Amino acid sequence: MSPDLLKLIFGRLGLDSLPLHEPILVATFVMVALCGGALFAGVTYFRLWGYLWREWFTTVDHKRIGIMYMILGIVMLLRGFADALMMRAQQALAFNGSEGFLPAHHYDQVFTAHGVIMIFFVAMPLVTGLMNYVVPLQIGARDVSFPFLNNFSFWMTVGGAVLVMASLFIGEFARTGWLAYPPLSNIGYSPDVGVDYYIWALQVAGVGTTLSGINLICTIVKLRCPGMTMMKMPVFTWTALCTNILIVASFPVLTVVLALLSLDRYVGTNFFTNDFGGSPMMYVNLIWIWGHPEVYILVLPAFGIFSEVTSTFSGKRLFGYTSMVYATVVITILSYLVWLHHFFTMGSGASVNSFFGITTMIISIPTGAKMFNWLFTMYRGRIRFELPMLWTIAFMLTFVLGGMTGVLLAVPPADFVLHNSLFLIAHFHNVIIGGVVFGAFAGINYWFPKAFGFKLDPFWGKLSFWFWVTGFYMAFMPLYVLGLMGVTRRLRVFDDPSLQIWFVIAAIGAGLVFLGILCMLMQFAVSFLKREQLKDVTGDPWDARTLEWATSSPPPDYNFAFTPVVHDNDAWWDMKKRGYQRPLTGFKPIHMPSSTGTGIILAGLATAMGFGLIWYIWWLAAASFIAMLAVGIGHTFNYHRDFDIPADDVIRAEDSRTKLLAGAK
Amino acid sequence: MTVAVNPSQTGEPVFYVADEHPHPEGYSTSLGFWIYLMSDCLIFAMLFAAFGVLGANYAAGPAPKDLFDLNLVAVNTSMLLLSSITYGFAMLTMQQNKIAQTQMWLAITGLFGVAFISIELTEFAHMIHEGATPQRSAFLSSFFTLVGTHGLHVSCGLIWLVTLMVQVWRFGLIEANRRRLMCLSMFWHFLDVVWIGVFTFVYLLGVLR
Amino acid sequence: MSRFKILALLPLAVALSGCNYVVLAPAGDIAAQQRDLVIISTVLMLLIVVPVMALTVLFAWRYRQSNTSARYEPEWDHSTSLELVIWSAPLLIIVCLGALTWMGTHLLDPYRNIGRIHAERAVDQSKAPLDVDVVALDWKWLFIYPDYGIATVNELAAPVDRPINFHITASSVMNSFYIPALAGQIYAMPGMETSLHAVINHAGTYKGFSANYSGAGFSGMHFTFHGLDDKGFDAWIAQAKSAGGSLGRAEYLQLEKPSENEPVRRWGTVDSDLYRLILNMCVETGKMCQSEMMAIDAKGGLGHEGLNNTLPLAYDKYARRGTVLGPQPTFVAGTCTPDAPQGQTTAAIKAPLDTAPLTGAGLKRPTFTPLKSSSFFLGQRPKSNS
Repeated sequence: MSPDLLKLIFGRLGLDSLPLHEPILVATFVMVALCGGALFAGVTYFRLWGYLWREWFTTVDHKRIGIMYMILGIVMLLRGFADALMMRAQQALAFNGSEGFLPAHHYDQVFTAHGVIMIFFVAMPLVTGLMNYVVPLQIGARDVSFPFLNNFSFWMTVGGAVLVMASLFIGEFARTGWLAYPPLSNIGYSPDVGVDYYIWALQVAGVGTTLSGINLICTIVKLRCPGMTMMKMPVFTWTALCTNILIVASFPVLTVVLALLSLDRYVGTNFFTNDFGGSPMMYVNLIWIWGHPEVYILVLPAFGIFSEVTSTFSGKRLFGYTSMVYATVVITILSYLVWLHHFFTMGSGASVNSFFGITTMIISIPTGAKMFNWLFTMYRGRIRFELPMLWTIAFMLTFVLGGMTGVLLAVPPADFVLHNSLFLIAHFHNVIIGGVVFGAFAGINYWFPKAFGFKLDPFWGKLSFWFWVTGFYMAFMPLYVLGLMGVTRRLRVFDDPSLQIWFVIAAIGAGLVFLGILCMLMQFAVSFLKREQLKDVTGDPWDARTLEWATSSPPPDYNFAFTPVVHDNDAWWDMKKRGYQRPLTGFKPIHMPSSTGTGIILAGLATAMGFGLIWYIWWLAAASFIAMLAVGIGHTFNYHRDFDIPADDVIRAEDSRTKLLAGAK
Repeated sequence: MTVAVNPSQTGEPVFYVADEHPHPEGYSTSLGFWIYLMSDCLIFAMLFAAFGVLGANYAAGPAPKDLFDLNLVAVNTSMLLLSSITYGFAMLTMQQNKIAQTQMWLAITGLFGVAFISIELTEFAHMIHEGATPQRSAFLSSFFTLVGTHGLHVSCGLIWLVTLMVQVWRFGLIEANRRRLMCLSMFWHFLDVVWIGVFTFVYLLGVLR
Repeated sequence: MSRFKILALLPLAVALSGCNYVVLAPAGDIAAQQRDLVIISTVLMLLIVVPVMALTVLFAWRYRQSNTSARYEPEWDHSTSLELVIWSAPLLIIVCLGALTWMGTHLLDPYRNIGRIHAERAVDQSKAPLDVDVVALDWKWLFIYPDYGIATVNELAAPVDRPINFHITASSVMNSFYIPALAGQIYAMPGMETSLHAVINHAGTYKGFSANYSGAGFSGMHFTFHGLDDKGFDAWIAQAKSAGGSLGRAEYLQLEKPSENEPVRRWGTVDSDLYRLILNMCVETGKMCQSEMMAIDAKGGLGHEGLNNTLPLAYDKYARRGTVLGPQPTFVAGTCTPDAPQGQTTAAIKAPLDTAPLTGAGLKRPTFTPLKSSSFFLGQRPKSNS
């Protein structure tokens, strides 16, 4: 075939785009292909495709979508963590003239991919998954406001993740750092597909995130059950509301800034170029206007989880509910006024720098108040050290350290000596692992019995906990030390042999965290095998306080046979205390949304369009775009998007629960 | 949400709603659409900000006063404003359940929209033909992107409008279609408001500068 | 303050002796003051962090489920006085820290010329500071000494106790100029100039590097910084002079091409206009300088004539800059000789006379730089100002 025709069909994609010369990538590909092939064969053998398609891929049930988000987050955690291990190993080895085992071309992709994956495709799905699962249950709703949109949002997130994963084996990922600052990320200095993968993965996933934010805001505002005023909402729902407001008010900024960067890269506009009046500094400002709220998008729901867990396992009402809510709201607002602290060293004036430094410090006031609220929730409680509570205690001890170094970095002169150093790396891992990841694990251990009907095995859970916590400290305390020695981030080789010991310790710490992850996977497997022993028939295994525990574990499709009425913040606690009797008769048909495959199809087309744009395969991009338009419009011609669960089915489900409850007594 | 929350007649607290009515379809739609519009508004806010930062970086090229034809833009603006008015008429006739008239007003709105897009494309084509391409300077990049994004929104609105006209024709002014017309109405007026911003800040202030 | 310092440093010194904690033990006065701020802020925050951590452990232990002798009050969820304490305690700390931040940020503003050599000695205003022009290239550092007419790559030297004024720019992408022993870092950005004022107090050899990732050769983008006594510095200059060679525009265009792990290089003479051309991105002949472009833009552009003053890009540092859907890459051609400096310079920020500000005694209000609305978000200084 002529090269022109090949170019027309494949764009700039060619056989040389496959990284066949990188043994690490080839080995990974073989591994992934084997595992993926086995999975595919297994699903086919057990004839599960129909089941998966009907019950999971096309579902609009917020609970199943929530679970799928969690699975996505955990799978991507393995990928992101593999990157982390490679970085730690490279930095521990590359001393005394050794180049380590990663060439710059590969290493620079690894640290970029690590950041992008951990934030967008691990932390975000874990947080969104928990919100998706828990919020409608906590507010006594049957589903979210826009169930189809929820399915679509999820698959868009998957689409983004697919593009990032594809970059591993087809072409390459960005070599720019996770925020892709221009001019480095512009076409002149990054002409390859890496940055395009970055742009389109985030654009596709970002659409999903924004829509899911709109969806959850509506759900919380409109679908609360009777009696649940704003100030009777569980704290997790409050933090979810604030997080989703932040999502809606910040992700469009990311969309714009990436769109402008892609215009620069595709048509040669001059937003962020050096010549023709462009301003790279504008990119840095804009991306951090999204980027800083993003930090709070992740951590606020974690704060909510810790509030629920602390109060449940201390057997006590949450101390200072009102101040907790106000603290959350204040953090939400302030998170928009601090973005410049990410680049004090870019040359703003002293007044601007101190303004942003001080607003940053002010955020620590409501955060500190929250910390005290948890502390005084434990005070005069009866604390049960189940797994969620262990993660919470570890969080409290770890997060104050991270908070402290964070405030330190908010002092501009201190930032001048610590900016971009490993001290900074240690700081934000300290808050993101100590806050978000520990929070997600607390949440997983806490709500797992609700989602699956059996608790997680505590032995493997504790093992995982201790590996994670010690591993975290071993991995990141040396980085604080290295930061104080003036070692900067993203270095591939070192010439000062006295630093090596610290990197070796950090690498061992990362290894311990890896064991923690393995133990966690083991915990899931063991719990599944021991599911009869760990079974929860009551629906309330922790003697908890909020509405999600009022229904069965796992909840029926319709969540609640009758919509609950709430009188107290701790609605379920209040119901238990006042002798609530579960209704046994009078069931009616329940109106529910029906499943649809449109979401996954649209997201698949969007992913294909992204792939076409990345590789300049214009026909693919155009065809997917037109198909997307057609499918989207076609979908609006379907006016019958819901159905009634017959009363008989409701009676059957509720009767079986009655039997279970009777058996439990 | 006016279900009895207080203790019932017997003094026993009520913990669930016994005779429940599901939320009507589209119960959250207008709130959701408002939130979507606000997020879209943020997109325009960022593009305005980019224009604000880069709008005077002509790279020794032409400035707004060399390029903008205010008369043409005034005609263009009136097209969009008129289309908003005719959309208003469509909504009024929709309230009165007059399908034919609603369709007529929608069609007129669409024609005004098409006129707006055509004039805008003519303006763009003229500028590009002269050599004032989006690549020439940061000012032109941000100008084309801001105005072009607005134009893209109007084009999407037109596709949506045609879709809705087909749906009204096939299924009548049923509840779902009324809700959709309402959403498109908000979208259309929103674009109008954004255009007023574009007209003022980009064109008028640009020529004055 | 000194007591704080000792308190905080003691455990560190014991536990971590033998390593080079350059951020905590720098050799330059600016970095030392920044170190002091790090330590004071840490101590201030420990005031609240330590009790919180202790209480966490204490409460977790004391109110464990098995300890049935501890009080259990499941309904206790509010106490106004306690709420006051938990909001005001962090508030007080932040008020102190905020005041410290405001002062420290202004006093240690890298744009401000320094007022003291070290704690006991003020700057002798009669002596000129050392000017150094710094250019971050892919992936090496170019230093130009305009007063001495020499240039070096990856080697920097300065006499002890003489103030240094750095003017910093970059050729292609963002970097960050950082010598931990000397002073905090500042970004080096193409087409823009940042500055840094600092002084080195102890003779020695220190490390400097880029602290902002800039591409494949980033890891090797470091240089040595020699703090020398006056005699040593003169010898160093003489050595560079004797190296011969001349760094002009043609040599620079060769030099700026990407290269990794560059050895030290020296030039005995340097084109006196070179730094200004680099800063204005017009080393290539025929290309319009940024300063000229900005001056033209300030007057409203070149009108329709300006549409024809671009030329196809012939020279480029990298293989390709054109985009797939856009036209061929171009550059703006200069319309006149680029030697008439245009544009405005920003006023220098003076150091306050009282140079012991952090103690608070007799502190004058820091001077404020007026904010222009357009400059607020982007920072006002990093503009080409030649």
